Amino acid sequence: MISVRGLKKYYAKTEALAGIDLEVAAGELFAYLGPNGAGKTTTIRILTGLTRLSAGQASLNGHDIEKQPLAAKRQCGLVPQQINLDSELTVGENLDIHGRIFGMPQALRRQRTARLLDYVELAERRDSLVKQLSGGLKRRLMIARALLHNPRILFLDEPTVGLDPGIRRRIWALVKRIQKDGTTIFLTTHYIEEAEFLADRVAFIDRGRIVAVDSPAALMGRMGSWAIDQVGDQGMQTSYFKSREEARSMAAGQETEFTLRRVNLEDAFLALTGKRVK
Amino acid sequence: MNIQACYAVFLREILILKRRLKRQIAGMTVSPLLYMIAFGYAMGDAVRFDGHTYLEFLVPGLVAMASMTQSFGIATDINVARFYWFIFEEFQAAPISNAAYVSGEVLAGMTRGLLAICVILAIGLGFGVVLDYGPLFWLAILLNSFVFASLAVGLAMLVKSHADQSLLTNFVITPMAFLGGTFFPVQRLPEWAGTLVKLLPLTHASAAIRATAFGHSPPAMAYLVLLATGVVFFWLALHAVNQARD
Repeated sequence: MISVRGLKKYYAKTEALAGIDLEVAAGELFAYLGPNGAGKTTTIRILTGLTRLSAGQASLNGHDIEKQPLAAKRQCGLVPQQINLDSELTVGENLDIHGRIFGMPQALRRQRTARLLDYVELAERRDSLVKQLSGGLKRRLMIARALLHNPRILFLDEPTVGLDPGIRRRIWALVKRIQKDGTTIFLTTHYIEEAEFLADRVAFIDRGRIVAVDSPAALMGRMGSWAIDQVGDQGMQTSYFKSREEARSMAAGQETEFTLRRVNLEDAFLALTGKRVK
Repeated sequence: MNIQACYAVFLREILILKRRLKRQIAGMTVSPLLYMIAFGYAMGDAVRFDGHTYLEFLVPGLVAMASMTQSFGIATDINVARFYWFIFEEFQAAPISNAAYVSGEVLAGMTRGLLAICVILAIGLGFGVVLDYGPLFWLAILLNSFVFASLAVGLAMLVKSHADQSLLTNFVITPMAFLGGTFFPVQRLPEWAGTLVKLLPLTHASAAIRATAFGHSPPAMAYLVLLATGVVFFWLALHAVNQARD
């Protein structure tokens, strides 16, 4: 569904993407995990037509993003990182304008608007001005807007950044539901738990390069299953173990305080890049 | 060009204009009202041009100026949408042609211009100024609005910040507003200066609008210059949209 080969991007002499290769299958929820400035947003911006690529090629559902830009754009919906709604228009007007831009006939616009407002639990706010909505509601409206024209691929760029944990979990549930309904999802995040919970596969990106791609379980499994964090003279040190028992037996002989926990994606990221995601 | 997408771009601007209508009309009223009081009403019959009072001379000039400034004002709206609200990205990510986007924004700019003209004519009426507002008067206004709305869209795509846009307005629009035949007949300028101001589209717009308002036959060349300039600016705007991508 998404195919990327040798994608590069330079801003003046700065290399933002250093040759990205990836394939995302239809119906997959693919997470792009990396620290700020790693190249996550640049990748999404190129794939959705907001930014020009410097080299390489990419296609969405078989449509080359450079040679067939309009056909490629019809395949996707985008929820960008920043809120980009018309705050002086109502919820319904924002959706209506989007539907018109995508060439949807009036009857279909009305039907999809009603359905999607129900879907994101905003039906009662249809006539509210967007500026009266909270951050979480705005984010849900942006998701509804991105789905209005029934795209095959949904790009979510840091969809829960700045939201409180309760709202974040509601967005996660919504994203899972969208995937279940058949939409391919490409999601960028720097939240470890978001990638772990949502993704079928995760790509680690660091300094414009993909350093690993696999399922969350496989990536974490490279480190073992359990970890012990200890704070010593040289800062935080983490040891990894295949089983809880093994970790406990090692910890039994320790005098310093420690924390026993399950291995997470950040451990795998740290092992591969030498840095933390956040 | 996708007409529905063009209409969507236009409709968005009009819905926002509708929400701000009272503020917008109030803003459109202040300058012409002050000009009419300061330069027109206070002067009374002390200054006359071709048998017309200065107020009668001034109103068509203000019409030309407002059709320029208000149509050009769409650049500010585009910049706010681009740099502060990030709404421009919604259009960039959509399957619409540059022609549809530019046409929608230009039409919105022209609509703002026409609204401002109606405000000025209403204020002029309040000062007792009634001139000839026939089809050629409105055609000149439409062409002038087309020129400056197209210029606005093109420049709004090229600037890198909202501050750049303000600079362009100060260096391009403000001098033209004062030198383009708004407040005085350009024929009174020295020959070299007269030749220079004839390079400004607003000079031709003022000439055509004033001639028709006074019931005279307008210079055909003015319409041709405005049409040609508008087409060039529109074409440049079409190409400038691609420059707005990183």
